[in-house]
Amino acid sequence: MSARVQTAPFDLAAELAGFGAGAGAVVTFTGIVRDDTGQMAALEIEHYPAMTERALSDYGAQAAARFGLTDWRILHRHGRLAVGEPIMMVATAARHRAAAFQAADYLMDWLKSRAPFWKREIGHDGAARWVEAKSSDEDALSRWQASSLPKYPFPAPADDPA
Amino acid sequence: MTLDVLYFAWLRERIGQPRERIETDAATVRELIADLAARDDWHAAAFSDLAAVRCAVDQQLASLDAPLAGAREVAFFPPMTGG
Repeated sequence: MSARVQTAPFDLAAELAGFGAGAGAVVTFTGIVRDDTGQMAALEIEHYPAMTERALSDYGAQAAARFGLTDWRILHRHGRLAVGEPIMMVATAARHRAAAFQAADYLMDWLKSRAPFWKREIGHDGAARWVEAKSSDEDALSRWQASSLPKYPFPAPADDPA
Repeated sequence: MTLDVLYFAWLRERIGQPRERIETDAATVRELIADLAARDDWHAAAFSDLAAVRCAVDQQLASLDAPLAGAREVAFFPPMTGG
């Protein structure tokens, strides 16, 4: 159970060594720098050093409590990243897959809108543009606050071990 | 009271510095913003649209109406774009 912020690239296989030992389900998500316009050379990610790791740890602990996770890991990079490089990863471990999938989805929605990172796109011509927050990200987060959503413990089918 | 005020992303660019230490009597974040916006044109420009401003008090996300009693550090930034 850990949250980390770094500039260096990460190795997903190394990050997952020993992760979630004893769990029935492990889900991982990796975000990659994407160029939607063909104009982007790199992404620069700024963050709030005194706050970031604590905020990520709080969100990890919230997800663990809500979905009954047995392990979780959040890693987010900052600094200048080229198109195609991994930006961040989330891993969740639980007894059953529904909890692991939902917890990873939940964590991503929190990280998108409530973790202190700001992205700036750098064009091939050197021009920089701050990425604006999307209202769809805020909508995605609000669905976790709806009382109708299933919460852990999920009713797990007896004949479905994962 | 003495406060460290931090700025990130385009708020940092508009104000022209990443942090400053100020003396203020502001009781809430919103009062602090009024105080800062009155300082000069750069601060005024940065705080011209509060719908685009988020804040943290002592490294915890807070609303613009949050009280400042006992606070030591207030950060201002645009909506976050992590992930």
